[in-house]
Amino acid sequence: MDTSEDILQQASPGLIPGSGTARAAKPTRLSPSFISWLQAGPMMLVFLAFFLIPLVFVVIVSFWDYNEYQLLPAFSGRGYTDTFEGCIAQLPDLCTIGRTYVMTLKLCFMVWAITLFIGFWVAYFLAFHVKSKTWQMGLSLLCTIPFWTSNVIRMIAWIPLLGRNGLVNSGLVKTGLINHPLEWLLFSEFSVVLALVHLFTFFMVVPIFNSMVRIDKSLIEAAYDAGATGFQTLVNVIIPLAKPGIVIGSIFVITIVMGDFITIGVMGGQQIAAAGKIIETRVNALQFPAAAANAVILLAITFLIITMMSRIVDIKKEL
Amino acid sequence: MTEGRPRSFYVLAIFFAAYVLFLYGPMIAIYVLSFQGPQGGLTFPMNGVSTFWIAKLFQGTGIVDLGAAFRRSLLLGVIVMIVTVVLSVAAGMAFRRKFKAQSILFYSAIASLIVPSIITSLGISLEFRIIDDLIKAHWNENFETSMGLLTSGLGAHLTWTLPFGLLIMFAIFNRFDPRLEEAARDLGATPWQTFYHVVLPIILPSVIGIGLFGFTLSWDELARSSQAIGAVNTLPLDLQGLTTTVTNPDIYALGTVISAVSFTVITLALGTIHVLNKRQAAKGSDAGQGLV
Repeated sequence: MDTSEDILQQASPGLIPGSGTARAAKPTRLSPSFISWLQAGPMMLVFLAFFLIPLVFVVIVSFWDYNEYQLLPAFSGRGYTDTFEGCIAQLPDLCTIGRTYVMTLKLCFMVWAITLFIGFWVAYFLAFHVKSKTWQMGLSLLCTIPFWTSNVIRMIAWIPLLGRNGLVNSGLVKTGLINHPLEWLLFSEFSVVLALVHLFTFFMVVPIFNSMVRIDKSLIEAAYDAGATGFQTLVNVIIPLAKPGIVIGSIFVITIVMGDFITIGVMGGQQIAAAGKIIETRVNALQFPAAAANAVILLAITFLIITMMSRIVDIKKEL
Repeated sequence: MTEGRPRSFYVLAIFFAAYVLFLYGPMIAIYVLSFQGPQGGLTFPMNGVSTFWIAKLFQGTGIVDLGAAFRRSLLLGVIVMIVTVVLSVAAGMAFRRKFKAQSILFYSAIASLIVPSIITSLGISLEFRIIDDLIKAHWNENFETSMGLLTSGLGAHLTWTLPFGLLIMFAIFNRFDPRLEEAARDLGATPWQTFYHVVLPIILPSVIGIGLFGFTLSWDELARSSQAIGAVNTLPLDLQGLTTTVTNPDIYALGTVISAVSFTVITLALGTIHVLNKRQAAKGSDAGQGLV
């Protein structure tokens, strides 16, 4: 016992409270770089074990073979060939995977455009029109709180509103605007986009707001003094300066929607195909190499989009 | 900018109000619907008012074994919270100095945040399957699985909570005055004393924020749990399972209960942060209080 504590004290004088005498006797300190490793190492290990190595396994397994019961660790391109089955034969028509990705990108684009519009103006209001810091905090918090509630709950919350007998339909029927309930309100592309916007506008608001509050107000003042209209100030001053936030928010929203399979599953009534859903379906069928191959494809496309976007702005500098 | 409030203020204020209504409206609808009477259905109008469906959940006679899933989610959330706080604070301290592998850790965290959850989840599940196969082949033929709530499940949740924790730490230390530590050192404090008596009290409100983030992110986590949690379910997983089959307001009751826990945790944490900030403002400095 004694010895181990002695060693510890020698190794790390000053790290242990009350080790002042030891420190005075032996001024051997840990090198700063070693302390940094001690501090950052555990987090690095978690990312290594549960993120980086798993990603490597996804790539490796995507080249494995499989049968109906198990993984076969032998090189095979079956995961990929099964995925693209019939794609060339069907040209110029799109094959299943092609259609799925077109659908995913379409949903992605719609959600991105809507969340960007809402996010920008909500952030603009909070950053430029709300003058008091307390109000700013309070209103931001108001927008943040729903983010801390389960996504599934926020999804199913639309069911009593949009369903066949939901509030919207019964309201419209009662007022005589329509004769039959609208079927496309729920379990449709519409409801998927609506739910995704509802869930993820938050990821747009926060980074844009962060960029906007950092804008020096005197710049805007200068623009007005120089005779710029409100619109000119917006386009030439505010949007360029808020660009980092816009890009970061866009990256968040796009990557989330690209990989989403839960919202699209629940709100699409399990009818709409999307990139994330293919992976889930393959896993459920225990076709892990095919699932991994799809994950690799999804990852490649996502990274392509992110690289294109991060060309516009240096993300690290903005944090 | 200009005197008075421009017209755009009112337009945007209405826009903002509409957004808040859009955020909260549907959620409030299901909280209300979970108090349907015993004959109530999934939609309005309400068929009586009761706590029948919520009581049913807690009796365990409903659709899921709520008690067990509740305890599992709670346990996982608390462990994730503690690990996230400790690792984020430690790594946040490390980032105040330059060290090798700094950018590797930074980019790992960012990548973990933006790589689609389903891929991370699948990767962890593959990793543990391969470990299982190795154990079965070399050590123990009867080995079942190493996947579980506190192995693969915990890891999966940490890949989601740690990046947030790290980013919050960056934000804290961006506006932290290092002269305070210098002063402590000049007065003869050891590094540990400096951290415990000077740094920690100042960053404590935000550290509680990280804990709160960690817990609620884990408590509500679904995509990463989906493949990586093993044989058992957490509450959100049970809830998701119900969305395809359910015909009763049980599901709203479950939603209400999960939200209630989230909101309680948020309120407690915000309250604590508020109290700590007030204390800091009151006792943090004795400047201007005279000598002695």
